[in-house]
Amino acid sequence: MGTGLKRKDLLGTRDLSPEEIGLILDTAISMKEIASRDIKKVPTLRGKTIINLFYEPSTRTRTSFEIAGKWMSADVINISTSSSSVVKGETLKDTGLTLQAMHPDVVVIRHSAAGAPQILAGLLKASVINAGDGAHEHPTQALLDLFTIREKRGTLAGLKVAIVGDILHSRVARSNIFAMQKMGMQVRVCGPATMLPRYMDRLGVEVFSRIEPAIADVDIIMMLRIQLERQGGGLFPTLREYSKLFGLNLDRLKAAKQDVLIMHPGPINRGVEISPEVADGPYSLILNQVENGVAIRMAVLYLLAGGQAAAN
Amino acid sequence: MPGGPMSQRREKAQILDAAGITRAITRIAHEIVERNNGVQDIVLVGLRSRGVDLAHRIAVKLEEIEGTKVPVGALDITLYRDDLGKAETQPVVRRTEIPFAINDKKVVLVDDVLYTGRSCRAAMDALMDLGRPRLLQLAVLVDRGHRELPIRADYVGKNMPTSHQEQVQVLLTEEDGVDRVVILEETAD
Repeated sequence: MGTGLKRKDLLGTRDLSPEEIGLILDTAISMKEIASRDIKKVPTLRGKTIINLFYEPSTRTRTSFEIAGKWMSADVINISTSSSSVVKGETLKDTGLTLQAMHPDVVVIRHSAAGAPQILAGLLKASVINAGDGAHEHPTQALLDLFTIREKRGTLAGLKVAIVGDILHSRVARSNIFAMQKMGMQVRVCGPATMLPRYMDRLGVEVFSRIEPAIADVDIIMMLRIQLERQGGGLFPTLREYSKLFGLNLDRLKAAKQDVLIMHPGPINRGVEISPEVADGPYSLILNQVENGVAIRMAVLYLLAGGQAAAN
Repeated sequence: MPGGPMSQRREKAQILDAAGITRAITRIAHEIVERNNGVQDIVLVGLRSRGVDLAHRIAVKLEEIEGTKVPVGALDITLYRDDLGKAETQPVVRRTEIPFAINDKKVVLVDDVLYTGRSCRAAMDALMDLGRPRLLQLAVLVDRGHRELPIRADYVGKNMPTSHQEQVQVLLTEEDGVDRVVILEETAD
């Protein structure tokens, strides 16, 4: 009865099939129920070891993986690079081999370099989950976004979404574009020309240079964070100008559908890409996204490490 | 795929027909009433998936007998199984839906077939994580023997000695379009 994911690792949404995405979303429905219990603990991953290896700062993703693992009774170890041998110059390969010698079942990695999870996946017997690699992919974020949308709308196919902001540097946008298109959604992107990758139209997305027409008739608006840490400078003149041209505020929202859903992967820059009134408003799903992140990560951990499909 | 091709199975015997299933459910309902002096504080929790259908049918009978609606919940035991990682394919996790508190209730677990007892063990663990029932009873449509744990059913529709090579298949209209219980045996292929 039933089959798991036919893969060792979760590195991106680009190579996931619609069936695999559907399986992860369906499994997460069951996992979400556990969050509503008094005793938030099931024995499913008892005896399994999960290592969170984070080369970049993170609150929600690391905490979310940690809670997901602990609610399923796995042992979760967090390694942040500021307090590890990485500061002594250890390479990713050597860190990987060292971890391998401790027999983890899952390694969750976040790294500033695109492709780092792939390298680790090739080195380790453990399942590797990409928790964000450079400007490449962040698959569990896209999966939790899809889950949140499906929970509100009942379906994904046929929905229109506008992703607004720094598309160029956004792994969240990339993972979402791949996943949303596989599930039959129509994706458009909008941002300053300096923040839109070239040849974006080859991905099958519509490109808008102004926010008003981009959000006019969509079901979902996904605002991206201006990633100050990834700015080489010079992509836009000032934060104030960016906010004026591309920020989402109540006034601008009048152009959108009455029941449009507002999403943001966090952490938000209040008053820059999104105004506080919108972020805290009735159609904002920002906190639902965080809540659903735990359920999605439980589902992914179960599907990768909970059965025969994992390990070998 | 490891483990070779699936072996063929053919029907050896029918052990319950539609009327037989109905009679068994009626009897189980009466026994629940008798043993508990009515249905005060009784709740039924079916194991996914056919146990849930049976629990609903028992609830209908209990209402006919006692005139009281008995709450019915659904329990998925996948996350509590002791054979995760051993089974050839990974089981799909389904939803646990128990929309009432089980604290201080008399909970009757309902399953279709009692075999090794391992599902029942998992169900008990799962239930205890949801609360502290006053007592726990077990109702099954078929007890086929071969227990591997010290577990016994309180209400049994039909006792049916079987061999390990055989398989007991419960078909219910809700899932399968027909009501019958059959024994399947392996055929040399």
